[in-house]
Amino acid sequence: MRDEIKDVIETSEVALFMKGTPQFVMCGNSQRALEALRRAGAPVTAVDILPDPRIRQELSAISGWPTIPQVFVRGELIGGADIVEELERSGELERTLREKLGDDLSGEERIVPVV
Amino acid sequence: MAVRTLTELLEGAFPGDEVSVEDRTGGGDHFQVTVVSPRFDGLSLVEQHRLVYDALAAPLADGTIHELRISTKGTP
Repeated sequence: MRDEIKDVIETSEVALFMKGTPQFVMCGNSQRALEALRRAGAPVTAVDILPDPRIRQELSAISGWPTIPQVFVRGELIGGADIVEELERSGELERTLREKLGDDLSGEERIVPVV
Repeated sequence: MAVRTLTELLEGAFPGDEVSVEDRTGGGDHFQVTVVSPRFDGLSLVEQHRLVYDALAAPLADGTIHELRISTKGTP
């Protein structure tokens, strides 16, 4: 499972580890992060951590970040909901996304399972 | 009570700095913490939040904190 989580982090343009799915969000902080990413046009690959408690354990072991949600852009941890919102307010979120992913942000969303 | 525990942990980690802890729902497990410290100067937001997580590692691990919102600021 750890390899599958790492694979999502490393191969996704934007990886969002969240409680629930973009269509059915199960936590306020996951909602806040998702909405900020949507407003910035981010192509989000979402992983629901709820189906198995090991997902969260393995994820936090990899990232060293204790809380959910966690947002990665091209393999780099950007932060949780507070940081993503703060970066959005300062304009840095969209700047970072364009810098790393190019100007043509698709805003497409997909869900991938890791179990 | 949890507010006091969290405040003490943060004051221990950031001695002399401005620390505040708010119980957002009154239920004792959803918190907003704010820390203003010169230790944040020059650090990325991820690095700043990691310092706060380090200070609150125990209540994060034992489930005292169900939801945490963090606001960090360096000194002007």
